[in-house]
Amino acid sequence: MSWDTVIGLEIHVQLATKTKIFSGASTAYGAEPNTQACAIDLAMPGTLPVLNKQAVNYAIMFGLAIDAEIGQVSAFERKNYFYPDLPKGYQTTQLEKPIVGRGNVEIQLADGSTKNVRIHHAHLEEDAGKSLHEGNFSSKFSGIDLNRAGTPLIEIVSEPDMNNAEEAIAFAKKIHSIVTSLGICDGEMSQGSMRFDVNVSVKPSGTDILGTRTETKNLNSFKFMEEAIKREVERQIDVIEDGGAIVQETRLYNGETKVARSMRSKEEANDYRYFPCPDLLPVIVSDEQVAELRRNLPELPDARQARFTQQYNLSDYDAGILSSDAAMAKYFEAAASTCSDAKLAANWTIGELSARLNSEDLSITNSPVSAQQLAGLITRIADNSISGKMAKEVFEGIWAGEGSADEIIEARGLKQVSDSGALEQMVADVLAANQTMVDDYINTDEAKRKKKLGGFMGQIMKASKGQANPQQVNQILAKKLNELL
Amino acid sequence: MHNLTIAELIKGLQSKEFTSVELTQHFLDRIDSLNPAYNAVITVTAEQALKAAAAADQRLAAGDAPDLCGVPILHKDIFCTDGVRTSCGSKMLDNFIPPYNATVVENFEQAGAVVLGKTNMDEFAMGSSNETSFYGPVKNPWATDSVPGGSSGGSAAAVAARLAPGATATDTGGSIRQPAALCGVSGIKPTYGRVSRWGMIAFASSLDQGGPMARTAEDCALLLNCMASYDDKDSTCIDREVPDYTADLNSSVKGLRIGVPKEYFSEGLHAGTEQAVRAALAKLEEQGAELVEISLPNSALSVPAYYVIAPAEASANLSRFDGSRYGYRCEDPKDLQDMYCRSRAEGFGEEVQRRILIGTYCLSAGYYDAYYGKSQQVRQLIQQDFVSAFEKVDLIMGPTCPSPAFKFGSKGDDPVAMYLEDIYTIATNLAGLPGMSIPCGMVEDKPVGLQIIGNYFDEALILNAAHQYQQITEWHDLAPAGVAS
Repeated sequence: MSWDTVIGLEIHVQLATKTKIFSGASTAYGAEPNTQACAIDLAMPGTLPVLNKQAVNYAIMFGLAIDAEIGQVSAFERKNYFYPDLPKGYQTTQLEKPIVGRGNVEIQLADGSTKNVRIHHAHLEEDAGKSLHEGNFSSKFSGIDLNRAGTPLIEIVSEPDMNNAEEAIAFAKKIHSIVTSLGICDGEMSQGSMRFDVNVSVKPSGTDILGTRTETKNLNSFKFMEEAIKREVERQIDVIEDGGAIVQETRLYNGETKVARSMRSKEEANDYRYFPCPDLLPVIVSDEQVAELRRNLPELPDARQARFTQQYNLSDYDAGILSSDAAMAKYFEAAASTCSDAKLAANWTIGELSARLNSEDLSITNSPVSAQQLAGLITRIADNSISGKMAKEVFEGIWAGEGSADEIIEARGLKQVSDSGALEQMVADVLAANQTMVDDYINTDEAKRKKKLGGFMGQIMKASKGQANPQQVNQILAKKLNELL
Repeated sequence: MHNLTIAELIKGLQSKEFTSVELTQHFLDRIDSLNPAYNAVITVTAEQALKAAAAADQRLAAGDAPDLCGVPILHKDIFCTDGVRTSCGSKMLDNFIPPYNATVVENFEQAGAVVLGKTNMDEFAMGSSNETSFYGPVKNPWATDSVPGGSSGGSAAAVAARLAPGATATDTGGSIRQPAALCGVSGIKPTYGRVSRWGMIAFASSLDQGGPMARTAEDCALLLNCMASYDDKDSTCIDREVPDYTADLNSSVKGLRIGVPKEYFSEGLHAGTEQAVRAALAKLEEQGAELVEISLPNSALSVPAYYVIAPAEASANLSRFDGSRYGYRCEDPKDLQDMYCRSRAEGFGEEVQRRILIGTYCLSAGYYDAYYGKSQQVRQLIQQDFVSAFEKVDLIMGPTCPSPAFKFGSKGDDPVAMYLEDIYTIATNLAGLPGMSIPCGMVEDKPVGLQIIGNYFDEALILNAAHQYQQITEWHDLAPAGVAS
């Protein structure tokens, strides 16, 4: 029997506001525990929330980016449950009247096709703190860090429009691309800036009735999400094919151990007792406010991709990769605009630089090689000052902080010799010194002679200490050997 | 000095008849000797008070001091005071010392008022008799076997016993007006949003409103001038200029249309109370006011609606008291659940627990629409009743509560009988309207209160009518036995 998979996503996006959604405390990541939690975040008695207007604007910007209805009147509600990282005993969120209504997101798949994923709504809410169960705490205690408590989030809820992990990942990446392009989220997944809840169900192929779904919560990387979906789909199919039934439940997937487990079943689910938060007024969004935000909306990934193919003459594929990440797009454009060869800038950004950043787990905004430095390197590749091999060495030098491409080329004496007179002499000297090889070349069948060229090249590059321009040497060598035939 | 009104004290201080230090010491001595009989004050801040008094004397000497500079007052223990225990009448917060001031506290501090201490109250402002306080009941200075009313019973009794010339209070369903009536003092609950709720520990956020208590309407006006302010820390605070509430006190009531709701003079109203209130209305009529019989047809629904909405909001507002960050924590909790359950079961009194349970029930899945949803509809109807009434009249007057102060324990076993104590006061909270109680007679040697309800932001008109009444009557000048001398 074959099965169809149905997937819907809930995505928590931390908004890049300087302060929290209801207090003036900083949202900066990585501070000492509980140093960025003020009286409001700690839910001290008598404290009251005041809505961060920037968070509202960011949510509206997301709505505009996905062509959604913007709620003219949205309202906050209290979602009640007890947990140590939830100081008030309720989360302030939106339910009945979210700020962003129905919208659409188009995703591109590997085979070049596109698919529309509908957005059910997106709402504003506050993040909780963190419980720390490991480290300095004995088995009797857990630590609570409330720095994150009150960080503004939008929760984006999709319709169940995805049918496999690839589509879900493409959708997740597209959302990442949109929110980073808008500048409303820093997109740092490892810091929890985007977290995914995945709803998965399976049904017999071609049938209409949805199966019972499970929700796997809090996935914070595309890789873990893909693994979690694949495993969950396999598990559900196994359960059903073994005659069992899927239980509606919330599950957790541990990306490190690759183990998924049930967290709580539907029966154990909380009754959250939502009701309108009396401490906050309804959020009224004016047409002027929306128009103003629409006017100043940054370039979105799709538009940027189209522009890159046109402006820089890049392939769809390269333009797609470069435009999907706002920081990478910015980096590429900075490099491309200060060097003469956009195509080379694209190749180096997507290739060497990205690989190196990945291996060191660095984001492009923290790249040790600046866009200007990369442009300097590309300029020297383009004007034939250095070979591709030298370029890699120079790149490593820049990465290690040794200075600009020119400084490193100078310091290491890497300058490529492209003076044809000097090269002619160099080739002539090598041919004269290796008469046996020359004889061998002449006596070899024409079809196999090409293979023999490598030997001469090696000798010439050795003689030039690797600085001879290989393309030029190749031409000169071929010319001179032909003259001997 | 303790028989002088605030208006008279201001004159005395500014003309250097006495110093603030002398005045402060006088009231501290009175608290010392008289409070044990009434239990109205639960925290005395003598040292800080004398220091503040000395500072006030310097400001007074320099001239140009604000009206209330050097005037001693008491704060209800629901207002957070920086460095001074703020218990809200609960074991839960018996150890709670806020690191911040409520905006109301800040306003009085800026004006140079001298804080003598904090007044007793029903636990978390839940009660109409002051019997629910962790610190024991407040005794009514007029009859120590009777309740002072609640929840601001401590503030009312303290003013009646001349332990302070004025005090702050809060009113969620009558908690300023009912104790003011039962203790024979004047107290006004302003329009919702007129006084900041920042630092005022929440009971029911959409109903809570701070206001002053004093012996006269004029003194209430002087205190409200300082207490009311726009505060951007409270999103429900209304950005509207605070008028000088003393400016119109002397206007004539001639032509004033006073609505007399027939529903406020029905079954359950003590005959003596009715007689006193009718006599007061006749007095105003003699002064040229016009009495208009009106109907507030949905009045009977106000108590049931209130006892859904207020507990629902309270059930969420009180979730933060979980034993983890401040306040009471049970001994040796077994685990998290045990800490939550026992800290709350041991830290909250019976009435608070009752209301949390009622509120939690009303918000539960399957009950929300029938209780909370319905009550919000009722709330709109009640508001509409007032809107219609104020098309025909300028003020509405009637009894503050059904009968004079009852004896301790007489309603203790019957929460519903206790809830009916607020039958005439609750509707104004549901509608967000300002309301006042002033003394208007004596029944069984206990005071009776006249309630004056105004349209939104008509505090000045209410105070004007109250002041005019007090110009021709002496009920507000009466003192309980042994207090005036």
